[in-house]
Amino acid sequence: MDLHFSDAKPTAEERRAVDAVLGAPASAWDGAEQRSARDGHVAFAGHAARAQRHLLLPALHALQSAVGWISEGGLTHVCTRLAVPPAEAWGVVTFYGLFSTTPRPGRVLHVCDDIACRARGAKPIMEALEQAVGPAHEAPDGDAVQVGDAAWVRTPCLGLCDHAPAALFTVAGDAPVERSVGPIAPDDAVQAVTQGHLPEQPRRPHPQDGDASLRLLRRVGSVDPTDLAAYEATGGYQALRRALELGPDAVIREVVASGLKGRGGAAFPTGRKWEAVAGQAARPRYVICNADESEPGTFKDRVLLEGDPFAIIESMTIAAFAVGAAHGYVYVRGEYPLAIARLEEAIERARTAGWLGGDVGGKGMHFDVEVRKGAGAYICGEETAVFNSIEGFRGEPRNKPPFPVEAGLFRKPTLVNNVETLANIPSIVLDGGAAFAKIGTEESTGTKLFCLCGAVERPGVYEVPFGATLGELIDLAGVPAGAGVKAVLLGGAAGMFVKGDERDIALTFEGARAAGVTLGSGVIMVFDERADLVDTVLRIAEFFRDESCGQCVPCRVGTVRQEEALHRIAARRTLGGLQSELHLLEDVGAAMKDASICGLGQTAYSAVESAIKRLGLLQEISR
Amino acid sequence: MFLWGANPRENHPIIYHHILKGIHNGVKLYAVDPRRTPSAQWADVWLGVNVGTDIALANAMARVIIHEGLVNEDFIARATTGYDAYRSAVEPYTLEHAESVTGVPADVIREAAITYAKAKRAVICWTLGITEHHNAADNVFALINLALLTGHVGRYGSGLSPLRGQNNVQGGGDMGALPNKLVGFQDPLDSDIKTRFEQAWGVTLPDHYGWNVSQMFEAMHRGDLTGMYVIGENPAQSEADQHHARKALEGLEHLVVQDIFLTPTAQLAHVVLPAAASWCESEGTVTNSERRVQRVHRALTPPGAARDEMWIVAQIAKRLGHDWGTPQAEPVWDEVRRLAPNMFGGMSYRRLEELNGIQWPCPDESDPGALFLHGRLWAEPRGGKPAPFTPVEYEPPVEMPDADYPFQLTTGRRLDSYNTGVQSGGYASPLRRREALDLAPEDAARLGVADGDMVRITSRRGSVEAPVHVEPNMRAGVVFMTLHNQDDVRVNVLTIDATDPKSGTAEFKACAVRVEPLGQTAVAGGH
Repeated sequence: MDLHFSDAKPTAEERRAVDAVLGAPASAWDGAEQRSARDGHVAFAGHAARAQRHLLLPALHALQSAVGWISEGGLTHVCTRLAVPPAEAWGVVTFYGLFSTTPRPGRVLHVCDDIACRARGAKPIMEALEQAVGPAHEAPDGDAVQVGDAAWVRTPCLGLCDHAPAALFTVAGDAPVERSVGPIAPDDAVQAVTQGHLPEQPRRPHPQDGDASLRLLRRVGSVDPTDLAAYEATGGYQALRRALELGPDAVIREVVASGLKGRGGAAFPTGRKWEAVAGQAARPRYVICNADESEPGTFKDRVLLEGDPFAIIESMTIAAFAVGAAHGYVYVRGEYPLAIARLEEAIERARTAGWLGGDVGGKGMHFDVEVRKGAGAYICGEETAVFNSIEGFRGEPRNKPPFPVEAGLFRKPTLVNNVETLANIPSIVLDGGAAFAKIGTEESTGTKLFCLCGAVERPGVYEVPFGATLGELIDLAGVPAGAGVKAVLLGGAAGMFVKGDERDIALTFEGARAAGVTLGSGVIMVFDERADLVDTVLRIAEFFRDESCGQCVPCRVGTVRQEEALHRIAARRTLGGLQSELHLLEDVGAAMKDASICGLGQTAYSAVESAIKRLGLLQEISR
Repeated sequence: MFLWGANPRENHPIIYHHILKGIHNGVKLYAVDPRRTPSAQWADVWLGVNVGTDIALANAMARVIIHEGLVNEDFIARATTGYDAYRSAVEPYTLEHAESVTGVPADVIREAAITYAKAKRAVICWTLGITEHHNAADNVFALINLALLTGHVGRYGSGLSPLRGQNNVQGGGDMGALPNKLVGFQDPLDSDIKTRFEQAWGVTLPDHYGWNVSQMFEAMHRGDLTGMYVIGENPAQSEADQHHARKALEGLEHLVVQDIFLTPTAQLAHVVLPAAASWCESEGTVTNSERRVQRVHRALTPPGAARDEMWIVAQIAKRLGHDWGTPQAEPVWDEVRRLAPNMFGGMSYRRLEELNGIQWPCPDESDPGALFLHGRLWAEPRGGKPAPFTPVEYEPPVEMPDADYPFQLTTGRRLDSYNTGVQSGGYASPLRRREALDLAPEDAARLGVADGDMVRITSRRGSVEAPVHVEPNMRAGVVFMTLHNQDDVRVNVLTIDATDPKSGTAEFKACAVRVEPLGQTAVAGGH
């Protein structure tokens, strides 16, 4: 790239924050403040400089968390350090919701304004904040704006739907604070903004805590997630030991035999992915744990990461051993600070104990894991968008083919697996694929985590063997006496609504298919008779419009048109009548489904369509 | 790849496009240049030499290659002469000595040398940073020596490549527009060749070489040259030491200028002949940097009284007593093919069209053209004469900075403009800024000037005024200007007419100047 920098200079604080991540600059060309005599006669750049691009996102995080926003001077320094054209870096910064490109107070409360929290008290919090502090912070017009100490903003789903209403509290500085909390009371929210004080609030135990029959959740809540010895004492690292004895081919055979399908939403056979990566000629190969769980209503991966991080690292190590990878990334959404902290701590401990590094388990295997933190972009959970995000580009999905197994991260063969998918690996290795395949149904093997939230008594993650019905799951979480279930959203914003009386839908891949719905990421969001479904559908439409990466026309334009039409319908100001608006929605929906590059656009109409066709939303509005 | 005294990112954008493809495919790029130019910013390693110290760098690299045992002994034995003398000549160029002369750290020189020698394939590209010096030819020999030492010549992907500054510089040479060559680089003093041309043309050719431009200007000053016919050049602005050059042109008894623009040189002329633009209003061929001869088609009818240049030349011939009729492009080209058959014999217009151009030499119609030259050196047995090493010694630029003129001025070009601006100045460019003196932030601080502040730049030959542009890619002590905006800032008033005796090129790249703040700021904006 040709690099053209402006004259904007970083502050000492910004320089310190960036250099803490990237190391001290080697020369003035690399961003040092003073030019040496040597700098006048030599500069190193080129391939080596451009190869650092993947550090862009970590460097931007460093700026954001040090000073609360990303200034031109700070960005220029990052770009100088990494040989990235500032215009490109600007494109990256503005891609992410958690970065601010205008001055913003250092202390910010991000209040979840998404469907699950709205159903459980988000609005009173925002009203209290509006009253006490003023309206939500917005990017100021023009420059040289004085900003105060603190502000609050609205944010899409924080993945704390089991703790709704939820918020993320961030304080920039030398010792930055990032904490996600829920349920949060209006007074606490106000106090957090005005006083900077937010009481510690441990996670509630998950509803099945103590159930010895659980496979994926058995350690969550009962075994200290920071204690490697406790992990090993409860069966941890047995599977990796076994895998190292079995050899890569045998491990893959067991995974194939298990019938395990991906738990991120696409339900692709995991064993086939592993085989495909292992069969590539190119090296190096990478393993990515996709922990960018951003589907509204989904929080199961967070529960696993916060509660049993060693299990995910062990599973990644087994995967790496099987497919021949030496480097792994866990890509975690930026809204999960506790999960990130737990993972980083676990990785450090595993490394110290020799479970990561140059001689894993004393068997000479080389594997290490890095945590990469997302910055507020739903689309980055798309498996190819993850690559772009890690590589330091805008998190836009790539066209397929080539598929990730052939050309993924850094255009090398890459295994991308969801957190929950990986969590199944140890038991498959230890008990054998055949034993695993006996659990659940023939087509849907193993157990599944479901995220129960909304109008239920005991929201949380529930682990059940495949085969349970929707009604059984809802009963597990409990519906308050007298509150009828009006509708259920299956699979999150990208999923579909079903009616409250469709209790008999079998929550298996085949059962969902037969019922014309999707399991998606395992969201079961329950709406009772009092729920405002119009508001919910409008919020979903707003969500997709906001999260569309804008790369392809069907999605970029379609999500906007869809939201506009729904607003007109809701406001009873239709253009050409309801039927005409319905046709428009159908047309736009079909175009998005057929022609979008990735799953975001392809499913952006699903929930809206099901609300219209299954729930009769339009009739409800026009009634 | 070495870009040595070359800034193709700005000055050769077409070939740089291809270089970029190479970079994306993994080419390791070294840039040797006093300035960290846009090309150098792409490089893996920039070697920021002191102006005019290229020979010291090249010789030191050679010494490293020799001492590390990385010379290509087979190639030297089979295809070269003079290695022993060369080895002795470079021996004094230790890394320490080279560092003190060039300013480039010894470890960097060493690494560059080893990488060049060990590379499977390596190319050295150069342009005016090498040739606009009083010892231009020696600079080129220093680079040739490196290629011979390592065998990086005459093979696919390896070689020496002087990048051409416009689409048909090579073609001008091909056609014999040189004082000592006929078409196809044939020596007019070789009696066989001379006889062949005399027979073909029915005339007697002179038994001496002509003058190059520098020699012509000397002759004008002496009064030995009193008339001049200038075709498509603007020497009133492009010659070094402009006051001196202009005086020579003004003293001519008769000056004819043939051009597509009324250049400042044309404004001095007694007769101006408006010409058709050769790239769009004429038929013919051009030859590009890779020796590819390509057809040019007439797309437009020349405006007004502008005439095809072939027609103009033929009309002048007619008035001088030779009736050449009305020559057409293809028969003229076929005559070129007959007179230089080893170079162009196989290049019929039909084949040039079919093959999208052909790289010379192409002696007959079954020949596809030559992808690279000098393959004969690797043939078994070797074809032709061996390639000689030519030992050369470092000599500093003729005019070095001193107490009165403490800065070294080096000149060059930018992406948005072309040479003296005749062809580009009439068009707006969002990139273009008005002429300015680029100088390092350290020098700006020392002089107490900032962007836009006016300064007077003075050399022993003259003085100009220009605003300052503080440029982080400059090193303290070196300042830079272009020759693009000579109507505003006559930079060539400053440059020195120290000319390489072998090539006739002046040392545009190095002269000593003084920079004095004028205490005022330029009006903002370009033009």
